Amino acid sequence: MLEGEIRFSKEHEWLAVKGQGIATMGISDFAQKQLGDIVSVDLPRVGSAYNQMQPLAVVDSVKSSSDIYSAASGEVVEVNEELIEHPEFINHSPYDLGWIVKIKLSNMKEFEQLMSKEEYIVFIGEIERKEQESTDLPTNGRSK
Amino acid sequence: MKTPFYNLHVDSGAKIVNFHGWDMPLQYSGIIEEHVNTRLNVCLFDVSHMGRLEVQGHDASDLLQMLLTNDVSKLDDNHAMYSPLCYDNGGIVDDTIIYRIDRKKFILVVNASNRTKDFRWISSHSTSSSIRDISNTTALLALQGPRAIEVLESALPGLRLANIKPFSFMKANISDFGKKGLDRMEKEKRKEEMKEEQEEEKSELVISRTGYTGEDGFELFFDSSRIDIWKKLMHFGIPFNIKPAGLGARDTLRLEAGFMLYGSDMDETTTPMEVPLKWTVKLEKPAFIGKQALMTQPITRKLVGFEIFERRIARHGNRIFIDGQPSGHVTSGTYSPTLKKSIGFCLVSPSVSPGHAIEIEIGGKKYKATVSTTRFYKRK
Repeated sequence: MLEGEIRFSKEHEWLAVKGQGIATMGISDFAQKQLGDIVSVDLPRVGSAYNQMQPLAVVDSVKSSSDIYSAASGEVVEVNEELIEHPEFINHSPYDLGWIVKIKLSNMKEFEQLMSKEEYIVFIGEIERKEQESTDLPTNGRSK
Repeated sequence: MKTPFYNLHVDSGAKIVNFHGWDMPLQYSGIIEEHVNTRLNVCLFDVSHMGRLEVQGHDASDLLQMLLTNDVSKLDDNHAMYSPLCYDNGGIVDDTIIYRIDRKKFILVVNASNRTKDFRWISSHSTSSSIRDISNTTALLALQGPRAIEVLESALPGLRLANIKPFSFMKANISDFGKKGLDRMEKEKRKEEMKEEQEEEKSELVISRTGYTGEDGFELFFDSSRIDIWKKLMHFGIPFNIKPAGLGARDTLRLEAGFMLYGSDMDETTTPMEVPLKWTVKLEKPAFIGKQALMTQPITRKLVGFEIFERRIARHGNRIFIDGQPSGHVTSGTYSPTLKKSIGFCLVSPSVSPGHAIEIEIGGKKYKATVSTTRFYKRK
């Protein structure tokens, strides 16, 4: 797990801030398990700006392609280029080697309003409970 | 709907998905791991969701000869054949494997999504043969991979599995699972003395050398009450590194091997001439449904394979561009764990051939790809 304060979005992205308003972003362990084997990542350009909840990257798993949303507004200052050769880092190390981008946050309030780790655990517990009631999982993501 | 093995899948941690109304395992340990293990060792797949239709009667062979594009008259007892069924206009009703039990009895294994449609289609053309949907009373498992034969030999000692050639099958007694060869032969003797037909049907195990993975392997048909067969195969498979595998690996394996999937790569609007199934259309047969159309229709598109240079994965429906012009669409796309490349099938103009440069639109961006044959993997 990365150092600093970590927050989670409802779309299962995590955001960790370590001073100076720069946040590292990735997807949660729950999300990588849902997606299964990740085989490719489409990364954004460094310097591009995104609003909160705007799609910023795409991850392809064997079965589906899923948008990754910017968990908070800001400018991409770095992307994890190692993911191009090793997209499986997201599966094996979602909070460390599998980070996706670093964002210079434009509004710290957005970060503070995301879920804390404790809140996120409750949130995914709720999803898992619902899933047990219905075994229907989405088999396809954004693109068809 | 659930197969007889559903609880076993859940207990072994499978991720379950809904597939045409069936709650099926998508994966257990992971699609890529299951895929690789099928290529290297052996995996066990529950394919009981596939429809199984029994066609029985004096004219069963004639009926099938009229419905199928392939030549069923060439099929001997205990042999199987792949064939599409077509409509009058050449569109594909379904693609099936036909097993000839004897002159008057055949079993068709059909796609789960087409079970009801096929049953009605075949029944509507039958004059005296009886069509029975035996899907719910039988189970179907696929044991696939280079070590599949060793697993089965351990489970059924004394059976000469090497005698089962590809696309043929043999019958065995299900109670022989795990028994020593000698015990089995003794029982065989006793059974002959008893000749209890009803019981025999329940204890019958059909072992067929067929599959959908591009590897050597077997498919096993037996009574749906015998869920112990799954457990026993997993047990006897331990020395051979057996793993359970789900529909996810089944899809990546069949794509690498160049096998098409009904509903994705073909449907009622495609003909066997457009997808690479011309070899299954025997125009020299006197008559069969769709013959006229398949003989005369101009071919306006064909299914080919592609490899994308980048790692992005194409999905069904993504558009194909040639020289900047929209020129077809992707029918299936996946990641090939064997080639470590993004691969798939697409429908394009018949003039496009392997080596052609194309572009595939994924999420609004165009990616360079090259046309290939549909067969990405061939086992040694």
